Amino acid sequence: MDLNYTDEQKAFRDEVRSYLAEKLPARLVEKVRLGKTLTKQDHEEWHAILNERGWLAGNWPKTFGGAGWDAVQRHIFEDEMTRAAAPRIVPFGLGMLGPVLQKFGSKAQQDHYLPRILSGDDWWCQGYSEPGAGSDLASVRTTAERDGDDYIVNGQKTWTTLGQHANMIFCLVRTSKEGKPQEGISFLLIDMNSPGVKVRPIVLIDGEPEVNEVFFDDVRVPVENRVGEENKGWTYAKYLLTHERTNIAGVGFANAGLENLKRIARLERANGRPLIENPHFAARIARVEIDLMAMSTTNLRVVSKAAAGQAPGAESSMLKIKGTVIRQEINALTRSAVGPYAMPFASEALEDGSNLGPVGPDYAETATAQYLNNRKLSIFGGSNEIQRAIISKAILEL
Amino acid sequence: MNFELTEERQMLQDGLRRYLRESYTPTLRAELAESDHGYAQNVWSGLAEMGVIGALFDEEIGGFAGSGFDIAVVFEELGRVGAVDPLIDTAILGGGLIAALGNEAQKQIIEAVIDGSIQLAFAHGEPSSRYDLSRIEATATRHGDEFILNGRKAVVINAPAADHIVVSARTSGDAADRDGISLFLVSASNPGMTLRSYPLVSGCQAAELLLEDVRLGSDALLGGEGGAFEAITHTQARATLAISAEALGLMESIRELTNDYLKTRKQFGKPIGKFQALQHRMADVLIEIEQARSAVINLAGHIDAPAEIREKHVSATKNLIGNVAKLVTEESIQMHGGIGMTDEYELGHLAKRLIMVDHRFGDAIYHLERFIALAVA
Ligand SMILES: Cc1cc2nc3c(=O)[nH]c(=O)nc-3n(C[C@H](O)[C@H](O)[C@H](O)COP(=O)(O)OP(=O)(O)OC[C@H]3O[C@@H](n4cnc5c(N)ncnc54)[C@H](O)[C@@H]3O)c2cc1C
Ligand SMILES: Cc1cc2nc3c(=O)[nH]c(=O)nc-3n(C[C@H](O)[C@H](O)[C@H](O)COP(=O)(O)OP(=O)(O)OC[C@H]3O[C@@H](n4cnc5c(N)ncnc54)[C@H](O)[C@@H]3O)c2cc1C
Repeated sequence: MDLNYTDEQKAFRDEVRSYLAEKLPARLVEKVRLGKTLTKQDHEEWHAILNERGWLAGNWPKTFGGAGWDAVQRHIFEDEMTRAAAPRIVPFGLGMLGPVLQKFGSKAQQDHYLPRILSGDDWWCQGYSEPGAGSDLASVRTTAERDGDDYIVNGQKTWTTLGQHANMIFCLVRTSKEGKPQEGISFLLIDMNSPGVKVRPIVLIDGEPEVNEVFFDDVRVPVENRVGEENKGWTYAKYLLTHERTNIAGVGFANAGLENLKRIARLERANGRPLIENPHFAARIARVEIDLMAMSTTNLRVVSKAAAGQAPGAESSMLKIKGTVIRQEINALTRSAVGPYAMPFASEALEDGSNLGPVGPDYAETATAQYLNNRKLSIFGGSNEIQRAIISKAILEL
Repeated sequence: MNFELTEERQMLQDGLRRYLRESYTPTLRAELAESDHGYAQNVWSGLAEMGVIGALFDEEIGGFAGSGFDIAVVFEELGRVGAVDPLIDTAILGGGLIAALGNEAQKQIIEAVIDGSIQLAFAHGEPSSRYDLSRIEATATRHGDEFILNGRKAVVINAPAADHIVVSARTSGDAADRDGISLFLVSASNPGMTLRSYPLVSGCQAAELLLEDVRLGSDALLGGEGGAFEAITHTQARATLAISAEALGLMESIRELTNDYLKTRKQFGKPIGKFQALQHRMADVLIEIEQARSAVINLAGHIDAPAEIREKHVSATKNLIGNVAKLVTEESIQMHGGIGMTDEYELGHLAKRLIMVDHRFGDAIYHLERFIALAVA
């Protein structure tokens, strides 16, 4: 048992740290720290910087232009990124689709799409969920019918994160109604500029149009845009979900959030003294910090197993639940910490180009919006109820 | 022992429920977002016509009720529809302070409050006072027959719409002293007062107030010089009751909405309400809302009790409401899944309004500490 990084890992950490110190634009750090909404250009700018260094796709093998890191290195990188308040890497192309194409895509698909993900030529979004298919994902009803060398796609996807920025969407579509629902699903890559695709924004409770509905009306998609075999899409979809679930614990985000919370609690005054000296408030912070310390180690246990080649199974469900609950509690405490200044609705504060100063302290401006927005953490990517069901089945055999 | 409403209050409740259901249509919500002050003038006038504002004042001053249970009935109904009308600010706070401390001339205003023709706000909290009622740094200095006010007031709800603002300022004492706080009735058009207005997460609007040499005649002083703390505390107790009852109404509506959703939303071939994981959590939500109802009743029943007893109930009720509000908000969003995250669906507004209750008149932690001081230690 050794809780420390090896010398090699430490050297890697230092290298990442100094690179971030040098290359991460201060303007982006400021936006991340204050919880502002990043624009498409912000994301693209940061992706390009990382790509230049070959660090944009830490999880991809070198043969595909990735960094080829193991799980521990990826963990270190992600940890340093959040510490430095770097924008998160938009996961849809890099974290989700990339690995699927590498494992199941044709050579032509790999040659065409993978470089475009790295270069930022394509912005991907994830078209899994539908109005009737959320937790029960296998019940997707968007259809793709063969017509010569094309599929004709009809139906609707929803909750499509940042679909407004995307030019490409990967979709689960129904190609067969025979047998079990899982057995009639195919995995299609769809150009969102095709005739018949319509995107409608959905405003979330924080006031931001973060997700979208995507409608398909007789959209022609070349058969060559199908990944793998027809009706085998469920296998690829599940493979993608296991990738979606790495770094699911969000330890870095939690650490950054906790640090921010403590900073605010030192600045806020209750009864003439720093809020952090209030024993009731301090106890709430302590409880979440103690939980986070243990969870970080649970996370490292899973990470080092993964580095040794063991695919994380139901452990990732544990990390998803614990990680999201901790982050949500930190958000709730941050909202509490800012007191009455949690009440102003600062929608424009989240966006660029607002020249009004904040109503109260700058750290208060987005506290409520972030609290509201992060309620999503326990809903998406398999809700916490679904994760508990996975644990009951896979580990407890109930 | 009798937990039934009196006939009058039952009628008030029925009438108000019907009126609010008819008024708070989905189109009204959309209109409110675009309106000048965040609420609808015609809904306000309707409330006045029905006698709802009058029900918050006692007969001596021209109202027709004004007890704790009247406040509870009115605000629970407002909560049910997620009403944004600034009744706490105009009637309970502004009107309540004028009724409690005003001289005959000042009390004339109450008639206009009750008939719905004017709006009030109470400017008390400051950027660094958080929830402490006595932490007032704004000053009022006497110059002959005049008072001159300077300072800042934070998150003054309904200030943008108010015709008059009740402003607190120190005429003596140090920042946290209870003695030395005075109240002034200030016309919104006073040139020394600058407002920075903004919308609130819960709907309606507020403003930051900058007081720069606000000149007032001595007839603007509300009550005795330096002795307003007691009245402020009692008025805040009534406001805490109002917002707690409102929270209860919000919780009831949110629970109904969630219950209905659990019966109709299907996943895995059945209504999600058939999953025991959700059933048990809804049961817990129900239990906690019943606790909230009892806490509101406790406070309503003690709102005119001696200060010591009353304040113990203020803190007990507001602490419990804060905790239950968080549970109900978070559980209802979670059990809705993605749809619970959207602004358009009815839950969004109700949930935001409910979670914001904890940020007014002291949050759960503030009142826990206060309860310890008042009743435990
Ligand atoms: C902000 C946000 C971003 C998203 N981004 C994307 C995206 O980019 N692409 C995409 O495809 N999807 C995305 N999603 C969709 C997300 O994956 C779904 O919201 C999620 O799968 C839940 O589905 P649902 O919303 O339909 O809720 P439902 O499945 O209807 O669930 C409602 C409630 O019932 C519970 N429940 C359901 N089944 C069971 C059961 N068997 N036992 C116990 N409880 C159960 C759920 O846990 C939840 O509490 C996003 C969602 C959000 C909120
Ligand atoms: C101190 C004590 C005194 C008692 N006195 C009396 C007495 O005077 N007279 C008498 O007749 N009995 C008495 N009982 C028995 C008591 O009523 C039973 O223990 C009780 O009904 C639970 O039954 P069980 O012990 O068989 O547990 P089980 O019914 O086997 O339950 C085991 C666990 O499963 C859970 N469970 C069961 N069904 C469900 C379900 N559908 N959904 C979710 N969870 C479920 C239970 O909640 C429990 O956690 C007493 C028990 C105790 C401990």
